[in-house]
Amino acid sequence: MTAYYFRLALKSIRRNPLLTGLMVGAIALGIGVSMTTLTLYYVMSSNPLPFKGEQVFAVQFDTWDEDDPYDNREGGSPPPQLTYRDAAALMTSDIPTHQATMLHRGFVMKKNIEAQTEHASARATYGDFFPMFDVPFQFGSGWDRTADADAARVVVLSAETNNRLFGGENSVGETIILDGETYDIVGVLDHWRPSPLFYDLNVGAFGDTEDVFIPFMVPISLEYGAHGNTNCWKPEVIDSYQDFLQSECVWVQHWVQLDNAEQKATFQSFMDGYALEQRELGRFQRPLDNRLNDVMGWMEYREVVSDDNRLLLVLSLMFLLICLLNTVGLMLAKFINRAPLVGVRRALGASRWDVIQQHGVEVMLIGAIGGLAGLGLAYLGLLAVRSWYRNYEYLAQLDPVMVLTAIAIASGSALVAGLYPTWRISRIQPAVHLKAQ
Amino acid sequence: MLHMNAVSKIYSAGLIETHALRELALQVDEGEFVAVTGPSGSGKTTFLNMAGLLEAPSSGSYLLDGVDVSSLGDNARSKIRNEKIGFIFQAFNLIPDLNIADNVDVPLRYRKMPAAERRRRIDQSLELVGLSARKAHLPSQLSGGQQQRVAIARALAGEPKLLLADEPTGNLDSLMARQVMEMLEEINRQGTTIIMVTHDPELARRAGRNVHLLDGQVSDFQPLDPQPESAVQDVA
Repeated sequence: MTAYYFRLALKSIRRNPLLTGLMVGAIALGIGVSMTTLTLYYVMSSNPLPFKGEQVFAVQFDTWDEDDPYDNREGGSPPPQLTYRDAAALMTSDIPTHQATMLHRGFVMKKNIEAQTEHASARATYGDFFPMFDVPFQFGSGWDRTADADAARVVVLSAETNNRLFGGENSVGETIILDGETYDIVGVLDHWRPSPLFYDLNVGAFGDTEDVFIPFMVPISLEYGAHGNTNCWKPEVIDSYQDFLQSECVWVQHWVQLDNAEQKATFQSFMDGYALEQRELGRFQRPLDNRLNDVMGWMEYREVVSDDNRLLLVLSLMFLLICLLNTVGLMLAKFINRAPLVGVRRALGASRWDVIQQHGVEVMLIGAIGGLAGLGLAYLGLLAVRSWYRNYEYLAQLDPVMVLTAIAIASGSALVAGLYPTWRISRIQPAVHLKAQ
Repeated sequence: MLHMNAVSKIYSAGLIETHALRELALQVDEGEFVAVTGPSGSGKTTFLNMAGLLEAPSSGSYLLDGVDVSSLGDNARSKIRNEKIGFIFQAFNLIPDLNIADNVDVPLRYRKMPAAERRRRIDQSLELVGLSARKAHLPSQLSGGQQQRVAIARALAGEPKLLLADEPTGNLDSLMARQVMEMLEEINRQGTTIIMVTHDPELARRAGRNVHLLDGQVSDFQPLDPQPESAVQDVA
């Protein structure tokens, strides 16, 4: 009977294309707008480290001013970055499975001495960065702890950088020049673009990953600062790079991998112990507030998804609701107009359930067409977002999950919109309409 | 075939109650051809709806083909309607965007009959009404008489025991009306029970029995009995 009802639904759609078009249009518009915002919201709020996000933690120490907290939320929250000296102290711990201090900065890059120079964004970090964040490699690997300690001139290229400089070939063993120094290429990443860029939200939550990755101690040995935020609260005399490294300025990020609750508790004790020790030395004068935020907790704390985004999502869902209410009205008008024919079918033996099935199939067909058109509109909407906001280029993409979500929302919406009209038409008194015909 | 006992139908609209049928009692035997007459508002259509299980009585009992159908649920009523009852309407009530074959197919679909059996019955019933060649036509491409013949074919395709006809010739000219009436008589001769509501005394006289309704009850007065023409006109 489903095939029969499907044929009847097609006939019904052809019989009244304008009304059907309005219904499809209303569903498509609602789906298109809500899917565009939902896709952005979904990507913004999705877990960039889905299989490990609860074992990897951003570290916070409250080293800030005793009388003026860094952040007034929750009665005073610690800064999102660490001082160099505190990060260096954490790096001495062997409690975490992996840990890495890191910073972001730019370098002048050349493939070789004759090649043209270009700007390269670099992440200076420890070799643990790669296994901690499950970073995929095409060729080679990261570097070892000796390279970390020695500030070895080794580099891992992003897939895009390798494509640009070496045409995508295996460049491990080759060299590149960064700020005039030669670096050995030890690894080439596979495509890796966590979104949001959780590990350093100072450089934009939805920006690109770095072009190159080098040992953390390299910029330190070169007495480089970081590109990004450097926040200082204490009036200190900083005459040298060593003064800067020993200052209370926060400018590096620190992440740790703690595989279980016990390991986390041990590391938390270590942090607190270190803080108390430092308090004895006149630092850490604020109440003890040393935090370990997992990936999703960190993004929430850093407000990656702003209230504006949430409001936009709510508004777009309300718009979908309005579109659905319009569809309900149009569908009701269409079905009630058909009451005499339903009366005939009832007289010829159709039960209420038969009527519900017939109209249900039509509702689902309209919903499917509206959903597909809505997906098309969402795609256009996301194209528009991508062309207007360059940083959203990678965000504004429909992935299979969102396509399936759109189909589910469209079907659900059509079902909701068709529920009342279908129920109404199944309850008509056939006798009334037979005479009216 | 049909046995109604003390059947009443009351329509309520707020405080106002309308008694469409008042303790109507009627028996129609298998194979009978009964014409139901009566003035407008006498309850003819309500009686037909009740007989066709399109409406349930407010009180009283109704046995159809030996089964008490007065308190059945919607599904059971639909099933009986589909299997035992055929309808012919004054306005033909064909489905405009289905072709003739598909219109005849409608009750068979709800019976969930195999496709081959449906095709056989469609061909057979369209042949019976002489419209085999018009199977692919839409109702709008047929004359009124042809449309009513399609409606008859649709009613017969399900091989009903009871055929209910509501003013079947009301929208037809006299020639077409005669043809349709002859067709109904032939159907009745083959054993199908027919109850026909009509205003037309001429048609009513051709039925085997006349039932006259007045104020929702079967009236003893039979305007079609041989009597002065003026008396019949007074009642109508």
